[in-house]
Amino acid sequence: MTPVERLSNAIVAVLATFAVIFLLTPLLVTIAVSFGSSTVFTLPPPSWSLRWYLALPSTSGLLSSLWTSIQIAALSTLLSLILGTLCAIALVRGQLPGREAITTFLVSPLMLPGLVVGIAMLQAFKAAGIDGAWTSLLMAHVVISMPYVVRTVLGAMSLFDFTLIDAARTLGYSYPKALIKVMVPALAPAFLTSGMFAFLASMDNYPISIFFTDAWTKTLPIQMLQYVEESPDPRIAAISAGLIVLAVIVLIIGDRLVGLKKLADF
Amino acid sequence: MIARRLDPVALLAAPALIYLFIVYAAPIIYLLGRSIYTDAGWAFGAYTSFFADDFNWKVIGNTLRIALLVTLLCLVIGYPVALALARAKGWSQVILLAAIILPLSVGVVVKAFAWQIVLRRDGVVSQLLVGLGIWDEPQRLLFTEAGLVIGAANVFLPFMILPIYSVIRQIDPRLSEAGATLGASPWYRFTRVSLPLTLPGIVAGMAFVLSMTVSMFVIPSLLIGDRFQTLATLTGRSFLLMRNEQLGSTTAVVLLVLAVGIVVGSSLLARRLGRNT
Repeated sequence: MTPVERLSNAIVAVLATFAVIFLLTPLLVTIAVSFGSSTVFTLPPPSWSLRWYLALPSTSGLLSSLWTSIQIAALSTLLSLILGTLCAIALVRGQLPGREAITTFLVSPLMLPGLVVGIAMLQAFKAAGIDGAWTSLLMAHVVISMPYVVRTVLGAMSLFDFTLIDAARTLGYSYPKALIKVMVPALAPAFLTSGMFAFLASMDNYPISIFFTDAWTKTLPIQMLQYVEESPDPRIAAISAGLIVLAVIVLIIGDRLVGLKKLADF
Repeated sequence: MIARRLDPVALLAAPALIYLFIVYAAPIIYLLGRSIYTDAGWAFGAYTSFFADDFNWKVIGNTLRIALLVTLLCLVIGYPVALALARAKGWSQVILLAAIILPLSVGVVVKAFAWQIVLRRDGVVSQLLVGLGIWDEPQRLLFTEAGLVIGAANVFLPFMILPIYSVIRQIDPRLSEAGATLGASPWYRFTRVSLPLTLPGIVAGMAFVLSMTVSMFVIPSLLIGDRFQTLATLTGRSFLLMRNEQLGSTTAVVLLVLAVGIVVGSSLLARRLGRNT
């Protein structure tokens, strides 16, 4: 290695170190603030305490919004997994014209402005007479979680050996049963990873959900932004820290199942 | 023709496609249609009055300026990170990957709120800059354009790094070595060999970040506030606060056209780059 190359490598390494610090700053700051004792966001906090965590159960609206978010995220993920997997089978195995166009269409909700998608849905749901907040949220969130499922499951399925299905059918399984008994276990890592990320995407969604909440039905991000606007205190940091821990868990499981490198595929 | 091709396995795509068409595609077509065709017939009045208003041009200018600044900042920070990630092995690779993917799995409300804390007058950035002697006294970055650009660049940085990284790791390292054998200087090798090969990744990353920054809503709401309007915040406000659906639909369509234009334009550009290399 020439001195110039060594120097350029060293510069790249230093820049990357700063970038890692920059990327993790919001997460680390949030966690530090959540364990502080002061009501303002001084860093480092004067002393450490759990008071903001202990205040969480009595925070009005928090638990109900958390519960709404979990329900919506779990159901929309489940529906996306079913619809997305069926669609992926058709894309990989079926005689389908315009395969690439269909894939782009399925993933496109990720690329369009969430706010615009939300407004379009709001107006259409209104015109169709759908006005329940919970139902509207669920219908909208299936669209949000679908791209995550399709992207990962489609990738894994194109590597799956479908002659195994034929073998299972020769051994007496029906087509649906062969799919469930043979393909589902083989693709389990893809289902789990895509399901977890779809769940997180739904849990975190703000720009679409904001149009479908009412006084009784709010998702967690909507409720959190309301706290930020009304009475910002480190309780919000405590909720955030919980969500960060959730993301860390998902990442660790994802790493065990398919590997971090695979998760970074774009 | 469809009847002839109808294959039972292909039918499995139907539930998802029908669902997405009804709940997602049709509403967007309806929004687009309603914005130019009212009960009274074709009407472009909403657009002519929107574009006649200087305030709206300022909003469009704000949107594009912030989006470009954020994208450039992401590119400057992200490119070396993508390089480092492609070279990294073992633990440093795990740390880099985790630092990039973990923030992606954390919601935008969490991160924007964190930046509110970081950018305050007594926040980490201010303390750091005063400590380094760059600033004479603590200053507030929150509710300034600089604060917004820093916060947004932080949120969207992974979308710049990952596409560039996925291109870099496919480049044959022997190409650069061949250049070295032939006597090319490192700078020449970087600008004439490596950089052109990574252009498709740069284009993809810039398209991701641009289209996401023109559409961002939560980040400007928390980091700069109501006095600074972008197309997305104006759209949100029109619906959520002002109850002015006419204005909101118009800005929503302008925003949609802008975001789709960025995505389609960049994929055409990427395809051309792919053909040339």
